[in-house]
Amino acid sequence: MTPYAWTWAAIVAAGLLAWLTKIAGHTVPERVVQNPRMHRIAAFVTVALLISLAAVQTFTTDGSLVIDARLAAIIVAAVLLWRRAPFLVVVAAAAAVAAGLRALGWG
Amino acid sequence: MARLTLDPARQQAVSVSIATGAYGLSFGALSVAAGLDVWQTAALSLLVFSGGSQFAFVGVLGAGGSAAAAVATSTFLGIRNGFYGVALAEVLRPMRGARLAWGAQVTIDESTAVALAQPHDDLPARRAGFWWTGVGVFVLWNAITVLGALLGTRIGDPADWGLDAAAGAAFLGLVWPRLASRRAQAVAGAAAVLALALTPLVPAGVPVLAAALVGVVAGWAPHKGEAVPE
Repeated sequence: MTPYAWTWAAIVAAGLLAWLTKIAGHTVPERVVQNPRMHRIAAFVTVALLISLAAVQTFTTDGSLVIDARLAAIIVAAVLLWRRAPFLVVVAAAAAVAAGLRALGWG
Repeated sequence: MARLTLDPARQQAVSVSIATGAYGLSFGALSVAAGLDVWQTAALSLLVFSGGSQFAFVGVLGAGGSAAAAVATSTFLGIRNGFYGVALAEVLRPMRGARLAWGAQVTIDESTAVALAQPHDDLPARRAGFWWTGVGVFVLWNAITVLGALLGTRIGDPADWGLDAAAGAAFLGLVWPRLASRRAQAVAGAAAVLALALTPLVPAGVPVLAAALVGVVAGWAPHKGEAVPE
């Protein structure tokens, strides 16, 4: 197979596995869903995943730790979240801060 | 002039759909920059439909990784969507047939977050939050992905527009309401530090999965006095 065909195979496989993962959660037996331990684990895993996605997205580039304009952007986002700004405003402000700093030649 | 009024769940659904959909521009451009064509980029958004998994998929391929590594990383990052299905059981069940198939496909960070953010005793609002956000993000994410792929390098480096910073802020915004308890804050701090410490040492996608284990450990033992961060 050509690299192009391999990429297509990977896309279909990733899509199928993504859907099977999602549907697995919706079809686990009620007995497991009602288990308080499963509830706690699901809740804390969600927190751990989302915060680590934010951290990796903000402080790493191609497998290296990096401090750049994204640091200022995430600080502004955190302050806005603390001030209960709408989600859309937080995301747009972070983009504007990073874009602005980079336009000035920093980060 | 007719005025369109939406209840809070639907307002949140629409604003989250726009914010997340806009970030499809970044995905489309990055995917083409990583060497995929427009059709492959569109197929990823349709079939995988989970931002983190899709960015990881094209990130691995763009960095010269194998197709198998791209699938594995994408799938690992999508495991959280399975947990979301469990968390949404009391909101969405019973579902079967086409409704189950379609509901599963739109079970993502945003639809789960908006559904669970509605009052616990307001089942119609929780369901509306899930479906409006899930379908809203699906439509906009797929449409804007294609736009980003077509514009590709013409919009320049997505970082020039701050879209990488916007992605980090979006994840922070989603986790923010879940950080009310001290235990959740401790989990978040430990998970973030672990993910960053592992990043230079292991392949892309693994640090986030390892960080998830912090959540498993925290949730394993019961603890009194503090609410679970749902």
